[in-house]
Amino acid sequence: VEILDAKTREKLCFLDKVEPQATIAEIKNLFTKTQGRSLKDEDVLQKLPVGTTATLYFRDLGAQISWVTVFLTEYAGPLFIYLLFYFRVPFIYGHKYDFTSSRHSVVHLACICHSFHYVKRLLETLFVHRFSHGTMPLRNIFKNCTYYWGFAAWMAYYINHPLYTPPTYGAQQVKLALAIFVICQLGNFSIHMALRDLRPAGSKTRKIPYPTKNPFTWLFLLVSCPNYTYEVGSWIGFAIMTQCLPVALFSLVGFTQMTIWAKGKHRSYLKEFRDYPPLRMPIVPFLL
Amino acid sequence: MASSEEDGTNGGASEASEEKEATGRRRRLGFLATAWLTFYNIAMTAGWLVLAIAMVRFYMEKGTHRGLYKSIQKTLKFFQTFALLEIVHCLIGIVPTSVLVTGVQVSSRIFMVWLVTHSIKPVQNEESVVLFLVSWTVTEITRYSFYTFSLLDHLPYFIKWARYNFFIILYPVGVAGELLTIYAALPYVKKTGMFSIRLPNKYNVSFDYYYFLLITMASYIPLFPQLYFHMLRQRRKVLHGEVIIEKDD
Repeated sequence: VEILDAKTREKLCFLDKVEPQATIAEIKNLFTKTQGRSLKDEDVLQKLPVGTTATLYFRDLGAQISWVTVFLTEYAGPLFIYLLFYFRVPFIYGHKYDFTSSRHSVVHLACICHSFHYVKRLLETLFVHRFSHGTMPLRNIFKNCTYYWGFAAWMAYYINHPLYTPPTYGAQQVKLALAIFVICQLGNFSIHMALRDLRPAGSKTRKIPYPTKNPFTWLFLLVSCPNYTYEVGSWIGFAIMTQCLPVALFSLVGFTQMTIWAKGKHRSYLKEFRDYPPLRMPIVPFLL
Repeated sequence: MASSEEDGTNGGASEASEEKEATGRRRRLGFLATAWLTFYNIAMTAGWLVLAIAMVRFYMEKGTHRGLYKSIQKTLKFFQTFALLEIVHCLIGIVPTSVLVTGVQVSSRIFMVWLVTHSIKPVQNEESVVLFLVSWTVTEITRYSFYTFSLLDHLPYFIKWARYNFFIILYPVGVAGELLTIYAALPYVKKTGMFSIRLPNKYNVSFDYYYFLLITMASYIPLFPQLYFHMLRQRRKVLHGEVIIEKDD
């Protein structure tokens, strides 16, 4: 069965061994199935599962943008936007509050933590991460920036509001939250460094990550993606510190997304490596 | 939401849509799933038929739309809320539609019924309510009987025709009814400050139902055309496709 493009009359696909009783539905299925997973740049023609002739399908991914560009844009936004609210730039709160400063120390601490978090992310994007893919679809930058910038503005509005209410349990709560936040930031950074060291510069090799001498990496014993675990932890810390419901919601949404990613990563680890440690869960030790 | 990281899902897959039922590419459903869905769709068809008849009878007896909503509200709430199950059907895969599309559609109905007409009593006697009730009723009767007959493998052409043509008028009429109703509710919401939280409070959050309603109305602008043109494309594929085949014969 030969399938041609209706508009250009180009030969799209040649299906051999099709039964005469096959329905059109089944032929449609065969056609989409033959497209399969995309090949990697490094794949060698000889090693591919093809016969003496190979048919390669070209799939137009649409407009693309580099991962680095997207990361820098989506992280620079929250950093800047939060500060607009912190300094109470005009037209956000009432005019009598323009450029005033909050009298609550936790508000200043929260600004430091939030800013530190995004500066860390920007620096990691520039100097630490080694990306598997160079690019992603262009429309992602709009989706991602709306998410990050939107939530940053929403959180910052309440934390820096003149009517902000500090945490119920006062300094105790803030100290505990700060400890959680700092530990998780260090943890997240340690994991990023460990993952970077797994992969030589410029390469795209994949290896199983293992705990190193750094105690923060020992979470690898229990979890495939401890970077996500620590990230959620940081935001939970920030939520406790600010006692702000929008922050809690942001943590929840982030946790949901990171769980999806962690499960996918966990699955591809299991598929790629026969000897993958069985104790590990994707993101939450023993549970998820 | 940021894209998935390692696998970088490029070229997002198009969402599964109901067209699969119409074009005959039906999934292999287990007996239990087929039986349940058939029961569900028959029940929903019956429910909305009851609603339609109740509305007609009320109007014939009373000659006015005032009090119409009050007389049918229990039945409406029951059957519209029951439709939440359709999200579950998509989640467990017995219906090939995307969870997101179904979620949005059912949520907007639940929103109208529970958060607008039920909660904001002054709008219950607005004419716009009748507008969307009529539109919903006809749409749902057509839609559920379409699904019922499809599941039973005996789809009369006129039901398919109705499903892919009625919406052309009913969609805009329904949307107009909904928007006018929300608009009518605005003054009452603003005056009473209902469903709203103000600062300062322990959880440092605020919510203003009035602005929420305004944003909801605004969201119809991008959403409605997308749904409408999606249905128009389906229509061309399902109805128009058949015409082409006949001509070649």
